[in-house]
Amino acid sequence: MDWEALIISYLFGFVLLNVLLLLMAYMTWFERRLVAFFQDRIGPNRTGPFGLLQPIADAVKLISKEDIVPANADRLIFLVAPLLSFVLAPLGALVVPFGESITLFGRQINLYVIDINVAALYFLAVGSMGVYGIILGGYASGNRYSLLGALRSTAQVISYELVLGLSLVGIFILTGSLSLVEILRAQQRTLVLGGLELPNWFILSQPLAFVLFLIAAVAETNRAPFDLPEAETELIAGYFTEYSGFRFSFYFLAEYINMIVVSLIAATLFLGGIDGPFADGIWWLAAKAFIFLFFYVWLRATLPRFRYDQLMGLAWKVLLPLALINIGMTGLVRLWGIGAL
Amino acid sequence: MGVAAEEQVQRNIFTTSVDWVFNWARRSSLWWLQFGLACCAIEMISAAMPRFDLAERFGMLYRASPRQADLMIVAGTVTKKMAPVVRQLYDQMADPKWVISMGSCANVGGPFDTYAVVQGVDQVIPVDIYVPGCPPLPEALYYGVLELQNRVIRYDSLKKKHGKEAAEADRQAQREAARAALGPRR
Repeated sequence: MDWEALIISYLFGFVLLNVLLLLMAYMTWFERRLVAFFQDRIGPNRTGPFGLLQPIADAVKLISKEDIVPANADRLIFLVAPLLSFVLAPLGALVVPFGESITLFGRQINLYVIDINVAALYFLAVGSMGVYGIILGGYASGNRYSLLGALRSTAQVISYELVLGLSLVGIFILTGSLSLVEILRAQQRTLVLGGLELPNWFILSQPLAFVLFLIAAVAETNRAPFDLPEAETELIAGYFTEYSGFRFSFYFLAEYINMIVVSLIAATLFLGGIDGPFADGIWWLAAKAFIFLFFYVWLRATLPRFRYDQLMGLAWKVLLPLALINIGMTGLVRLWGIGAL
Repeated sequence: MGVAAEEQVQRNIFTTSVDWVFNWARRSSLWWLQFGLACCAIEMISAAMPRFDLAERFGMLYRASPRQADLMIVAGTVTKKMAPVVRQLYDQMADPKWVISMGSCANVGGPFDTYAVVQGVDQVIPVDIYVPGCPPLPEALYYGVLELQNRVIRYDSLKKKHGKEAAEADRQAQREAARAALGPRR
């Protein structure tokens, strides 16, 4: 067994998770500033220059707050559920390739933590595991609002998980692989359309799947306009109504880390990841993921929340048939040998 | 003996510095409870909206759940029917927590000297800052929040150990001191 490679990939994973945590903190700042600008406000700007110390102040405050366990809560599950949510959130990022490999001190170092042959499936699985934290938290709170929020979240994630998974099947058909590294390599080729030379990004060959993935990913991370599990106007704060202090911050962290992970995966799957003009590199991945994060905030500032039946109707009556049609079409194209690959 | 040890702990450099960091954080992210009672709530909403943007600029964020809130703005008339609810919401908030009483009704009952209205919310919950006005302008609420921030930065975490009664007694003492500093009531 190659112990050195194992240690290196552990270290890489460690650094990656810490970077994610830092990014998440500044994602909250970014979101608050951006939503404020959308609403013609200013946003946090008193805490440090441009309000840059705001996430730190929030974190320190949440840590130093009282940790309440309600009297009729299921104590053990109540305490563990946020941790579950938080631990599972960043795991999806472990399969994102940040490049091929570099040679450092005579060793070849892969710029991804691990390249497993079911990476996309792993991402979907970890993503849907995260909902356990939500369900258990809502159930254990002993609060009706929490339970309702958790139930909504369950139904929502199950429905949209299906769309999320099916929207990716087209890509798997085209590349013949579930490994994100393989999918990235496939996208680094050139797509020749008549006289045009385009990058072989899957947003061009799978535009429908891209739209489906985007919608399902927003629903999957419980973000506006699909933030029914935590609808303030109906459910106070949904599944984390009873959580205070740092346990609440774990849910908060999990939500934002999920957003970042989904953005990274979307950028890798559909926008060619590190592939870009001039020089390939991690900066292209960062730029593309940033576009998705901006899109998340944009959605939140623009759209009102869906009604519950609209949410379910959208998933089962519109998105799922479209995903199936997309799979069928892609299969036919692949069968008859039309297209670049 | 325990008392003597605590007295020693209370005023050393380490605890005051740590307190300062925590208090800075608390001051900079006072999340307030999304909770309004009467017409003052409209002014409170107005203070949070684009024209004034009181909330976000100072790092405040409204939370619908009292578990996640640090600050309760009692905005409006507290009827006797509502008083238990106000008290319950206050009790549900996690320590450390602060209260701003906004408007004449919440301060002293305002024009409603009737059988149905609590004559001042401080009969129900301990209040840190009183904002006068009927209703107060958003600017007045600003001033109250800024004054509260000056107060939060002086918050003594060690006081919490002595329990709720001691904390309320401390608030009462501070209120007396403020009243004494104001001079005789006109």
